[in-house]
Amino acid sequence: MATAEERPVQAGIRDRAELLAKLMIVPAIAYIVAMIGFPFLMAIFYSVSDATTGDPTLRIIGFQNYAAILSDPVFRLALKNTFFFAFVSQALVIVFSRILAASLMQEFRGKWLARFLVMLPWTAPIALGTIGWLWILDSIFSPIDWILRNAGLLGTPGALLGPETNMYWLGRSGLAMASVIFVHVWRLLPLATVIQLAGLSSIPRDLLESAEIDGAAGWRRAVEITIPLTLPIIGIAFLFGLIFTFTDMAVVYVLTRGGPVHSTQVLSTWTFFKGIQGGDLAQGAAISLFLFPVLAGVATLMLRLARRTEVV
Amino acid sequence: MAQVEVRGISKHFGEVRAVDHVDIATAEGEFLVLLGPSGCGKTTLLRMIAGIETPTSGDILIGGQVVNNLPPRARKIAMVFQSYALYPHMTVFRNIAFPLKAQGFPREEIPTKVEWAASTFGIEKLLHRKPRELSGGERQRVALARAVVREPSVFLLDEPLSNLDAKLRTSARDELQQFQRRIGTTTIYVTHDQVEAMGLGDRIVVMKGGKVRQIGTPQEVYNEPSDTFVAGFLGSPPMNLLEREDYIAGFRPEKFLPVSVYDTGEPLVKLWLVVHRVEHLGADRLLYGIMRDTFPNEKVIVNIPSTVDLKIKTGEAQEFAVKEKDIKFFDRSTGLRIEPRRFWGTR
Repeated sequence: MATAEERPVQAGIRDRAELLAKLMIVPAIAYIVAMIGFPFLMAIFYSVSDATTGDPTLRIIGFQNYAAILSDPVFRLALKNTFFFAFVSQALVIVFSRILAASLMQEFRGKWLARFLVMLPWTAPIALGTIGWLWILDSIFSPIDWILRNAGLLGTPGALLGPETNMYWLGRSGLAMASVIFVHVWRLLPLATVIQLAGLSSIPRDLLESAEIDGAAGWRRAVEITIPLTLPIIGIAFLFGLIFTFTDMAVVYVLTRGGPVHSTQVLSTWTFFKGIQGGDLAQGAAISLFLFPVLAGVATLMLRLARRTEVV
Repeated sequence: MAQVEVRGISKHFGEVRAVDHVDIATAEGEFLVLLGPSGCGKTTLLRMIAGIETPTSGDILIGGQVVNNLPPRARKIAMVFQSYALYPHMTVFRNIAFPLKAQGFPREEIPTKVEWAASTFGIEKLLHRKPRELSGGERQRVALARAVVREPSVFLLDEPLSNLDAKLRTSARDELQQFQRRIGTTTIYVTHDQVEAMGLGDRIVVMKGGKVRQIGTPQEVYNEPSDTFVAGFLGSPPMNLLEREDYIAGFRPEKFLPVSVYDTGEPLVKLWLVVHRVEHLGADRLLYGIMRDTFPNEKVIVNIPSTVDLKIKTGEAQEFAVKEKDIKFFDRSTGLRIEPRRFWGTR
């Protein structure tokens, strides 16, 4: 009788590495096709059609939607706002996360608490966190206004911030944009800080000590050693934040709904108002696709940087 | 140039005493080597002298001045790291110029200075390259040039040769010593390699467990070890240590030769040895043997230069001898060196 040991060993699927590799990557490809590729093609299709939520029939109308949105002044304002919002908020995020990361690299008492607090905004659901800010920036009951009033900076004739009793943070176009940017920075700071921390801790300790002995302290060390060495990682944090900001609508939607008078309107919120709430699927799709070339370029740049980081 | 002195210096990391009450003073322009196994505290000691580690207690003096509270840049030292710590994003030129720039050296004089430092180590042609385009030996020279360029009063070197291959290490060792003799800057050099220590140092500080075990010239620490640790750590193969009831006797493998080699009237101690293995190392032959009719498990290593032409048969007992004056005695419980006494070769 043949025992287990005598039976000839046959090459099973486990031994056929190439076939196995193909089989194992199928779910990932299926996922990408179904969840990303299909909706993307649908968006392109809608953008050259006259699809609306109210009408089941559909006609191909070519680039009319694109022409229509380009001639819309709100779209052009939203486009400008999107770039302003994304670049200003990301510049601030990079500067502040850099400072935070550098401080968190130091040894001090209660460091764990500081790290915990820095990470906290990331753990809160963004809609809830932003609603919190909505209350803080309320046009009448804003606690910031209350503090400013009690500090004598607001609400009295000749006060630094004017005689009115409230700042109307979300009610004036400049202040509204500033508020939206501020909350977005607050929200993206934890992630950027963690990325920068990873960058800073990847610098060999010898290099920093050598710089210290060479006489480079403080600014010079940052400008000549740590920033150039972590530049690829800073770049990744920046580009990642950029894409995130270009495509996200939570903060603007919750705080201002694009107002006042479209002064904080960005492409993502405008897509939503036009395509979902307004029912014009075709124009909504066209607006959402408008940034695709920019985003694709940014993503490519990011992947390139990521590859360069490994070389260091 | 300056003398470096540490007085009663200690560094504790929690419960661990990395450096435990060490006193060392260099002479002016001396090449002092800190030698010991890994974890003996030698690098921590060097880092404290550099100022990148704060001592738990004790004083560091450079040029007679207490520098405990001075930052590294104010101590007029230069340090070469084991990894060389070259700035990867800068060219060789900018690497060497960096300490000058950082210390506010007049901008127009920097190129001359960099070229002088580069020519000292023969790397003028590499100035426009990045560190990743250099070989290990070239990187080491760049690191040395960067250390020299600011003309420090003390050099601190942390195992600068350990990343080089064996052949390069020998020539780099030679160059390093010649260079140090030429500029005459006080140098403290950390290594775990006893050959490097013997070859480079004016004096060697042998450390273990955060403590200094012996300070002396290479000849002193080799020939007159202060305890069994030093005796065993220096020399390859190490000193033969034979335990007796009330002491430990030690002699170097190269001082223990077949009786027929000796022709002097000096008093000898003769021992019978059964050789069970011979290693031919080219310049030397190493014999591994066991003492016959004394202590059966005592293993002894003999190092015979290949110039001594002698047939050695394995498995047979042969009579070997060591000069009485070449036997060192150590206390059995403390391991410390004790006065010479009569050596009982046989029971």
